[in-house]
Amino acid sequence: MASLLDPIFQGLLLGGLYTIFAVGLSLIFGVMRLVNIAHGDFIVLAAYLAHMVLTLTGLHPLAALVIVVPLMAGLGYVLQRHVLTRTIGDDILPPLLVTFGMAVIVQNGLLTAFSTNALRLPAGAIETASIGFGGINLGVLPLLTLAVAVALIAGLEFIFARTRLGRAFRATSDDPQMATAMGVRTPHVFGLAMALCFATVAIAGVFLAMRSNFDPFSGPARLLFGFEAVIIGGLGSFWGTLAGGLILGVAQSLGAQISPQVQVLAGHIVFFLILAVRPRGLFPKTA
Amino acid sequence: MSDILLSVDRLSSGYGDFQALFDVSFDLPRGQVLGLVGANGAGKTTLFRAIMGLLPRQEKMVAFKGAPIGNTPSDQLAKMGLALVPEGRRLFRSLSVEENLRFAAEHGRKGHWDLSRLYGLFPILKEKRNLPALSLSGGQQQMVAIGRALLANPDLILFDEISLGLAPVVINDVYAALPDIIGSGISAVLVEQDIERARKSSQTLICLREGRKVLHAPSHSVSKHDITAAYFGE
Amino acid sequence: MTPIPASSAPRRPDWRWLLAAALVLAVASAPFWAGRAELRLLSEVLSFLALAVLWNLLAGYAGLLSVGQQAFVGLGGYVLFVLCGHYGVSPYLAIALSIVGAGALAALFAPLLFRLDGAYFAVGTWVAAETVMLIFAMIPAMGGGAGMSLPAGAVKAIAAEKELREAVIFWLVAGLSLATLFGVFALLRSRAGLALMAVRDNGLAAASLGIDIWRTRFFTYVLVGGLAGGLGAVIFLQKLRISPTAAFSLNDWSVMVIFAVVIGGIGKLEGAIIGTLIYFILREMLADIGAVYLVILGALAILTMLFARKGLWGVVDARLGWSLLPTERKP
Repeated sequence: MASLLDPIFQGLLLGGLYTIFAVGLSLIFGVMRLVNIAHGDFIVLAAYLAHMVLTLTGLHPLAALVIVVPLMAGLGYVLQRHVLTRTIGDDILPPLLVTFGMAVIVQNGLLTAFSTNALRLPAGAIETASIGFGGINLGVLPLLTLAVAVALIAGLEFIFARTRLGRAFRATSDDPQMATAMGVRTPHVFGLAMALCFATVAIAGVFLAMRSNFDPFSGPARLLFGFEAVIIGGLGSFWGTLAGGLILGVAQSLGAQISPQVQVLAGHIVFFLILAVRPRGLFPKTA
Repeated sequence: MSDILLSVDRLSSGYGDFQALFDVSFDLPRGQVLGLVGANGAGKTTLFRAIMGLLPRQEKMVAFKGAPIGNTPSDQLAKMGLALVPEGRRLFRSLSVEENLRFAAEHGRKGHWDLSRLYGLFPILKEKRNLPALSLSGGQQQMVAIGRALLANPDLILFDEISLGLAPVVINDVYAALPDIIGSGISAVLVEQDIERARKSSQTLICLREGRKVLHAPSHSVSKHDITAAYFGE
Repeated sequence: MTPIPASSAPRRPDWRWLLAAALVLAVASAPFWAGRAELRLLSEVLSFLALAVLWNLLAGYAGLLSVGQQAFVGLGGYVLFVLCGHYGVSPYLAIALSIVGAGALAALFAPLLFRLDGAYFAVGTWVAAETVMLIFAMIPAMGGGAGMSLPAGAVKAIAAEKELREAVIFWLVAGLSLATLFGVFALLRSRAGLALMAVRDNGLAAASLGIDIWRTRFFTYVLVGGLAGGLGAVIFLQKLRISPTAAFSLNDWSVMVIFAVVIGGIGKLEGAIIGTLIYFILREMLADIGAVYLVILGALAILTMLFARKGLWGVVDARLGWSLLPTERKP
């Protein structure tokens, strides 16, 4: 079984990346009951943005975050206030279709602007550096990714549980009408939530781009992985999303030992297994 | 006339095609309590929702502190000094008792009422402050709902059926706090199923029936017979 | 007192039946008056229409938003290719078995997917379709990732001579598509259709009336999946070649269909028809501008959802009260 230890550890590191994909989905669903079908495509958009920043400034991808994160956060706020806000309501169709439309627009917009060539962001030394750990080599970049994932989860958990903004998120999510009557500008709060989500999307995009090739159509797969992580972990819980991401990463990593196709398939199978035996996920919020 | 805190002038409103209020008018002077009674479906909650902007109404139909608020977005009313204790309490289920209260304070105004004063009024809430709001008993939840309104330091609180679903002893406890609230300079409109209690707690009594005002009289002098006649119609 | 008519039939049945009959006749006779390219286009329009009507049934009536119908289209195609190609089964039988096979797959997925709600259900159906595609890409006997062609022997089995073959395959596509269209129409006007609309409009109320929501949704999902499989079988029969990416294409069998139905008008049968027409007209008009065409389609879908939720037909219906295929019971 020692030979499985390496894939498991690599899977945990991979799970860090998937957690970053998933955390924005978890946040938005918690606050607004919205699923953004274009989530993965915006991650790819962020990657392309980072690529442009690199081309223009020669900055390291991690430094580029300083530009990409605020840009994406601003985009998220504007999209929420002016487009998505019109879709919130009882009917699930409008947000689904509008975000679906956004996905198609982003994908084909990127295609028109950048062509189908796969890109990758050079990350310098951390790309190849690794730390030895009991006979297993853990890449520095994947380790950093996992650390960022945990930090994001802890940070969001803190915001939601202990800050005024977090209280506003939770209250507005529970009862938007009452929150409004008590003085909350609901559209603004939702805008902030989306801005926060897009900030995580920006981080996801940069880390994705440093780790692997991406092209205009890489988005949907990222959405599916993020989605699976959220469902496996359980709706409504940030730490659950982390657990889901890690489990998905490990499942895929073990599957990859057989073949690249089985890698993704293994994740799907675990997803369906959880759906079958624990439909609410492993650590759902019980509220 | 600057004495009039709330002025409702021929207010009509409803839900989509269904009109629930027909030309309701009354004035509430500052420092007073107005009792509002009527059968279920008479339009009492609708009236509150219309005042709070949660239902459509026209600009001049509601005036607060002399200014028309019919077109004012609901989220600005808290800062103007209007607060609602809604029917069914509607506490935020994801928040603890204290978080519900702090939320109210954060989005309302600063003033006489703060967290420690509120805990002085309702000590049991201090004991249970870190528990999920919905885990409290009905009466305690009602205290939290009232507390939320108080912590916004409003000029006017709209109380919607605060005794609903509570045992008489508990209702007494809740109403025992009313003098403190009014004494701190807050006026009130009080919707009550219990007509006697409404009469005893208010200076003026209004009765609604099928969306219309059918009685408007001083509480101390109006007869039980008149109220019953207005309530049920003859 | 004037007697109140109990019938719920459309007030003027004659011109609709005539129109329908004329259309069926025109379609059926197409091999005689249409060229090969036109026949192909007509097949595409009809099968797209059938898929649109099915998706509309699922989403607009049963309230099930699926982004994974390609699982069934692809499976239907593969069932036909394997049965005809490997086992020499007659194409007609193979089509029937495609319907059964796809229906079975739907029945398998439904209990799992129904545990998800709303948009999560939608993404779940997508994951299901991806899963099926991955599995098929791994089976060497079916050509793996590269796919397989329909062997000459199987092709000849339909008809020896090429023109006749094209005609027969066309009739199969057209026949199944039109059967789907009229079948769904009939379903919606039946008691079962009423149950469907009740479930869609107010699940809680419907349940209190004794309608079993889960079963209603289940049977709708299986029916739609099965028919999608049948359509997949005839579509790929016409292409003579199948591969995992083509068979399980999210774009071709879901995205395009969804956009068309949404722009045309979801929840009304006419919407699916209008949407199909708009889709093909746009496609012809914008054929040269490549990816931008998809951007336009996406933008149209967004604008429709934001400003005209009931789609183009919804606007027409609201203004004029027309009803081409009335599925509402008017007193």
